[in-house]
Amino acid sequence: MESFKKLIQLSDKDNVLVVCRDIESGEVLQLGSENYLIKEFIALGHKIASRDIAFGEAIVKFNVAIGSALRDIKRGEHVHVHNIKSDFIPTYIIDKGTDV
Amino acid sequence: MYNSHAELLGYERKDGRKGIRNVILVAYLVECAHFVSTEIAQPYKKDGVQVVGFGGCYPNNHASKIMTQLCTHPNVGAVLLVSLGCESFNRTKLARDIEASGRPVETVVIQSCGGTAKSIEKGQSWLQSIISEMVKTKRVKIELKDLVIGTICGGSDATSGITANPAVGLTFDKLVKNQATAIFEETGEMIGCLEDIVARAKSKNLGTEIEHCLNKAARYYTIMGHGSFAQGNADGGLSTIEEKSLGAYSKSGSAEISGLIKPGDVPNFPGLYLLDVVPDGEPRFGFPNINDNMEITELIASGCHIILFTTGRGSVVGSAISPVIKICANPDTFRKMSADMDINAGKVMESKVTLQEVSEEIYDKIIETASGIPTASEELGHQEYVVSYKTFEPIGPNCLVR
Repeated sequence: MESFKKLIQLSDKDNVLVVCRDIESGEVLQLGSENYLIKEFIALGHKIASRDIAFGEAIVKFNVAIGSALRDIKRGEHVHVHNIKSDFIPTYIIDKGTDV
Repeated sequence: MYNSHAELLGYERKDGRKGIRNVILVAYLVECAHFVSTEIAQPYKKDGVQVVGFGGCYPNNHASKIMTQLCTHPNVGAVLLVSLGCESFNRTKLARDIEASGRPVETVVIQSCGGTAKSIEKGQSWLQSIISEMVKTKRVKIELKDLVIGTICGGSDATSGITANPAVGLTFDKLVKNQATAIFEETGEMIGCLEDIVARAKSKNLGTEIEHCLNKAARYYTIMGHGSFAQGNADGGLSTIEEKSLGAYSKSGSAEISGLIKPGDVPNFPGLYLLDVVPDGEPRFGFPNINDNMEITELIASGCHIILFTTGRGSVVGSAISPVIKICANPDTFRKMSADMDINAGKVMESKVTLQEVSEEIYDKIIETASGIPTASEELGHQEYVVSYKTFEPIGPNCLVR
């Protein structure tokens, strides 16, 4: 099924964009005049960087800081628990062990 | 589809409250009476008999208040209390309060009755007599201003804050505008939203009360060492509690906030209310709400006739006493679990349907549900509830602004 939207920006100050369906590695997503080459699988609802984000910089979604970058993040890269952190309470992730 | 001008008929209670369901409760007062209660109720499910209860043997004012409010809820017409006999729960006072509300009540004390089988027999014979009474409950015209609607999200993912939650926010705005009472909660998920929410308070003093309440929640969760955030939230694309908070907060819409209440407080005039579910004082009994159903139960204890439940990952729960309308935020989840869902808000992400259109759909669903048509979780038989230990101070004089 072809989706109507692939990518949305929730507010103009945001430095992350939300994908509207599962995206396969290698796809190019377009939003306005901008193209984003996606280099990894990204699931529906997850975020990508709309521009390069530096280590320590605030991640802005809905025009509000939702945390900060744990390292430099490249434009088009998946933005999630592996490269950003909460500035309030650490995010809990189940340790699935090394055999997974 | 029901139009909002159609006349709704509710159930009139002797205390003047109006219900949209005619439930007979079997309420156990300690876990030791739970099995007997379930056995009593089992054959009468189709007659509207449901089980709720409190499992603890130690006394707790909060749990007593919740149980009293559940047993005298407008959707409830009669109550059978089931006690083991030696627990600390004050069954005499609860029975008296139910009686004072004009609802028929009977108490089965298992130890006095002579054990499991005799208690089941006694309980069922009372139920049989009351079921035929309940059929005769007076029907009365019910309007939007008579309804209390609560909202909660569960199994949130990154779509929740984009589709279902803001759509519920628009529905909430319309409900408040039309003189209904609307309640939101999850103060542990309002991190980063403080300024905005305080500015929405109807008075400056109420704003200060709300600020204290949100700071209390942040401190409480920090001491617990765990925010209101589960692995599934992260799998669904939410990275931090701030991100989850922003999405959750959008359910409250943009109306002015008329009051700050605590579990079991019933708002006495229409408007938008924040329910403070985080206990007062030093943390004593663990996490404020151990799961979604504990929040739903507390919303119902505060008078909610209907709960709007948004989910992205796909929760299946419903509730005892009040119908739950499930609004699915994620289009993939909706395809997988459509029989558990009432509204597909995820279509906003993959079609031209707008949030406004989904919010109208939710509004119509509220009217349809109030008219007696079962929701998906009711149809499937869901009747969850959770009552647990907490400590609260009563709300202060600045918390309700008329």
